[in-house]
Amino acid sequence: MLRLKINHTERVVEGDLDPATPLLWVLRDHLGLVGTKFGCGGGFCGACTVHVNGAAVRSCSVRAADMTGVEITTIEGLAKPDGTLHPLQAAWIENDVPQCGYCQAGQIMSAAALLTQKPHPTDADIDQFMNGNLCRCGCYRRIREAIHSAAKAGGNSEPNTELKS
Amino acid sequence: MNMMVNSDGTLTLASVGELGAAAGPSGQGAWVGGVSRREFLKLSGGISGGLMLALYMRPADAQSPPAPSPDPTPAFVANAFIRIDPDDSILIYAKNPEIGQGIKTVFPMIIAEELDADWARVRIEQAPIRPDLYGSQGAGGSRSVAANWTPLRQTGAVARAMLVSAAAQRWQVPVSECHTEPSVVVHASSGRKLRYGELAADAARMPVPEMTKVALKEKREFRILGRSVTGVDNPKIVTGAPLFGIDTQLEGLSYAVYQKAPAFNATCAECNLDHIKTLPGIKDAFVSAGDPRVDAPPGIAIIANSTWAAFSAKKQLQVKWNESPASNDSWTGFVARAKQLAKWPQGQNSVVKIGDVDAAAVGAAHNLEAFYQFSFVAHAPLEPQNTTAWMHDGILEMWCPTQNPDSGRNKIARAFGIPHEKVVVHQTRVGGGFGRRLMTDYMGEAAVIARRHNGPVKLTWTREDDMMHDYYRPGGFSSLKASLDKHGKLIAWQDHNITFTADGQKPVNGAGANAQEFPALLVKNVHVSQSLMPLGTRCGFWRAPNSCSHAFVVQSFLHELSVAAKRDHLEFLLEIMGEPRWLPPADARSLNTGRAAGVIKLAAERGGWGKKMPAGRALGLAFHFSHAGHFAEVAEVSVDSNKKIKVHRVTVVGDVGPILNPRNAEHQCIGSVTDGLSAMLALEVTMEQGKIAQSNFDAYPLLRNADAPEVDVHFVESDFPPTGLGEPALPPLAPAVCNAIFTVTGHRIRTLPIRNEGFSI
Repeated sequence: MLRLKINHTERVVEGDLDPATPLLWVLRDHLGLVGTKFGCGGGFCGACTVHVNGAAVRSCSVRAADMTGVEITTIEGLAKPDGTLHPLQAAWIENDVPQCGYCQAGQIMSAAALLTQKPHPTDADIDQFMNGNLCRCGCYRRIREAIHSAAKAGGNSEPNTELKS
Repeated sequence: MNMMVNSDGTLTLASVGELGAAAGPSGQGAWVGGVSRREFLKLSGGISGGLMLALYMRPADAQSPPAPSPDPTPAFVANAFIRIDPDDSILIYAKNPEIGQGIKTVFPMIIAEELDADWARVRIEQAPIRPDLYGSQGAGGSRSVAANWTPLRQTGAVARAMLVSAAAQRWQVPVSECHTEPSVVVHASSGRKLRYGELAADAARMPVPEMTKVALKEKREFRILGRSVTGVDNPKIVTGAPLFGIDTQLEGLSYAVYQKAPAFNATCAECNLDHIKTLPGIKDAFVSAGDPRVDAPPGIAIIANSTWAAFSAKKQLQVKWNESPASNDSWTGFVARAKQLAKWPQGQNSVVKIGDVDAAAVGAAHNLEAFYQFSFVAHAPLEPQNTTAWMHDGILEMWCPTQNPDSGRNKIARAFGIPHEKVVVHQTRVGGGFGRRLMTDYMGEAAVIARRHNGPVKLTWTREDDMMHDYYRPGGFSSLKASLDKHGKLIAWQDHNITFTADGQKPVNGAGANAQEFPALLVKNVHVSQSLMPLGTRCGFWRAPNSCSHAFVVQSFLHELSVAAKRDHLEFLLEIMGEPRWLPPADARSLNTGRAAGVIKLAAERGGWGKKMPAGRALGLAFHFSHAGHFAEVAEVSVDSNKKIKVHRVTVVGDVGPILNPRNAEHQCIGSVTDGLSAMLALEVTMEQGKIAQSNFDAYPLLRNADAPEVDVHFVESDFPPTGLGEPALPPLAPAVCNAIFTVTGHRIRTLPIRNEGFSI
């Protein structure tokens, strides 16, 4: 049994879990949080990016068993509990960023971690920080624009600070 | 010019098995089929008194229209395109797979336009896979908009006409005195208005007008089309809601992997199945012979209680594989063989011979020769292949991220003797297509596994499975010769295309010379020939099949010619186009030299052609026609002394008729440019003994954010019927960039990826 704090809620993973199981697969298969995507399994594409204590982490490359006692945020927990979108999510819709959309949860989670560190990033900051997130459809320029517009809208505002009952 | 698609009222949609052929070597003609007659089936009432319409399509051999159902059951709801409820909400079903091309947004826009709907009240859902109701439901060949433009407009217009009839009847006025505003019917002279919701129940009882006779809007009357609408699934995408095939969750779900041999189609000689079955979380494991009828190669299936357990067990597999024809495949061997074959310009067979190239060469001022080659590439969509399948109650139910749902279903139904209607395919959103998911091998594999497994099972490929078991864009070679007269005019063109065959007869999918391929019909003396090398590895349709590699060869060599003749490349290209005409004539999907010249001129203008550039920087220009789209691109590129390039800006000009959803149209071009740049820079798949050397993104360096160029997109919005945008902006990119690199460095790139000639980004 494994206890994890995900999106401010304590989640229990029942049964015997292979201690090597990556966080990604616990999120997707055991907890039904399928917003976090599997892309490569090797940390090359960034589709599986989540936050661990606010920092961007590739969930395919960390063990769930090592994640006890930390705060995990997934794309499902980025908006406020009342449904108010994170400024990045709103900017993503407004800028019509997605094409196929598969990489975008990871892109947004990386961008949210960036804005926490640098509320007003430059193009170079974005290029550097977001370099680990592949977009196969070529949405990169719009991602950059959306990060800038979210930054203007106060994109570093800490999301989802209330505890769910 | 009146070039309306389907003016005879017939639908020219692909039967799904022909999708491949449509994009095949000829690039022509294979799309017609499946449906030649359609009827509207009025579906009145429904559960809440609304109006529902289904475009009812029937096979050509049916003699009489189906009787309208007087008392439909609610089960008909899912079959309708349009549903209007008394509260004015409008539900529109999007019929084709969404792979990132924006079709789930633009198809409903087309219907809503002619319905004259209030877009704010429109809700969109993915239609069930029911070609009997919706016609062909594939996504490929940039065909969807062209094939569905008129029928979807008519679908909306018929519903609007019935609403107007209902209002006219209620007011006891002639229909001609009524018009519509968004979701409202208006009687102008009396000032009376009725909302669509108020009319829905009555409209459902109106006679259904004939589809081909209903009036369509003029372009100037459009309220929705031509304005940018954001993707309908954006809110779900940005909040991580389940949308994609891989997100499928079912009670009691098991998780499967399927290990295939490194060399395609090799069978398992022996493996440690007994050990695998003892591993934690493993429910079942078995060796499968595969099934070629559903494109499932031989392999080893492992079924587990989680994806991770299945993946982990797969790593512990120890398999001795037999050999297969693909075991002979060697990229280095192919390169050596192609260079030998290039010495015989006649090739193994002639594809087209016009005039006399040899005679033209005798009196020519310039004769040039060159040998070009390009790599195999993988599609690498970010969502790995997957399918969830469940055999229960005599039904095989499947959840599939596919571009070709009905083709996959047909193959499975036929192969396993399951009635077609009992193979139920749920179309999910698709995490990238690029042509990979026109093939349905992952559906076939999942079906093979599900037929043996009790309960639902999700097959997920690892990235390594995806990279090493693709249907690759075939690599290939071209040995070229051309002649210029004393004025620098192109008078002869020879292309000996050296490519691959799986059956010893015809080129593999995505390869092969085309008798009508540019510039064949524009030059007096032409000889295109072909030689085929046996190949066991699977090949398929990669975004802009054939054109994606052929444009690099042709448009680069044309630049070699204009340079040799010391001519301006813009002027040289325009001279080749000549007078405006269709080639071949009388085909609205063929090259129109007037449209070609239009985009070339505008690209030159917008891209700054002819302007003075700083040292180390130059412009490159290229045109290509594919998928009924005319595209010209100007790339502004700098190169440093270490052969490091930077693509500063790409100007894209396209003519695909009217632009329906402008921002999405721009995004398709940007995506094509990015994809084209990514592939030309560094992407290649190589194999020895049939084993693919590249297995994950570390060895397959897709373009990343910092290297994405600025892309400036313009459209010539001609009045020709609209055609697709998923592909045609890709082919001109590589030659535009390579031509610029030549102008800067004097180094002519004749190999893709250009990394193999020492260039990097």
